[in-house]
Amino acid sequence: MWSWVAHRVTGVLIFFFLFCHVLDTALVRVDPDAYNRVIDTYKNPIVNLMEVGLVGAVLFHAFNGLRVVLIDFWKSGPRYQRQLLWAVLAVWFVLMAGFIYPMTEHTWGVLFGSEG
Amino acid sequence: MTTDASTQAPSELVSTGKASEALDTRFEAPRSAAPKVRDPRRPDRRTNFELYAWLFMRLSGLLLIVLVLGHLFIQMVVDGGVQKINFSFVAGRWSSPFWQTWDLLMLWLAQVHGTLGLRTIINDYAERNVTRSWLKALLYTSSVFTLLLGTLVIFTFDPNI
Ligand code: HEM
Repeated sequence: MWSWVAHRVTGVLIFFFLFCHVLDTALVRVDPDAYNRVIDTYKNPIVNLMEVGLVGAVLFHAFNGLRVVLIDFWKSGPRYQRQLLWAVLAVWFVLMAGFIYPMTEHTWGVLFGSEG
Repeated sequence: MTTDASTQAPSELVSTGKASEALDTRFEAPRSAAPKVRDPRRPDRRTNFELYAWLFMRLSGLLLIVLVLGHLFIQMVVDGGVQKINFSFVAGRWSSPFWQTWDLLMLWLAQVHGTLGLRTIINDYAERNVTRSWLKALLYTSSVFTLLLGTLVIFTFDPNI
């Protein structure tokens, strides 16, 4: 039940992100300076935090989506649906741990002074 | 709340109503046709659209795992996130037909997958026919717009603009 709610919420979130992402990237067809100016407004700790949230949402949606596919198509899927949810959460934690430092490295520098 | 006659209980559950005939309740052989609960203003179509949409959600999902997670890994881990992004980064990426194809495929699969997903959500929560039609009209319009815009940008990108 809650995995379904989370799947739905993350799906909607990613959809709206995709819309914005196509719109801002479309600026490369208009004017390189305009594109660079808009992207520069994303280079701050708050947007970086939102990026982490986006990655978290996508990773959950992707692996829970795989779980849905397994439940629907694999004959033992329904029987193991609960274990599969734990597997999704475990993979989520491992991948998040791998993603977080590389993607926030710059922000730590900004917040604690070693980078401008 | 619709008063459409077709939403009444299936005939095998309808008693004839007279006490003397209470044991005469009719049972019919099970039928595979689904009960008809449609917006009466829409033409009556019988297609397998729902089945194909269901299947598409799963197949596109599997492909998107590779495309989207690959994209995120490269952008966030290899390239360190939005910090490194600017026009020349995009120009470098799209100088290769491989990445153009990757991004085009990802755009189409994600946009259609997300649109079908939101369609399900609208069908689930928007109970009034008018609300539902308008929300879906908005959804389809914005999706077609996004798909065309994104495709145009990938195909006509000019590094020397
Ligand atoms: C990364 C790989 C992805 C996988 C494996 C995946 C898998 C799935 C699956 C299997 C469903 C169907 C759930 C059901 O019918 O119960 C679904 C629903 C959905 N997906 Fe994805 N998806 C992925 C990416 C995306 C992306 C990029 C978006 C946004 C553009 C998205 C938005 C949605 C939405 C809005 C739903 C509907 C949720 C609902 O009906 O509750 N998904 N996804």
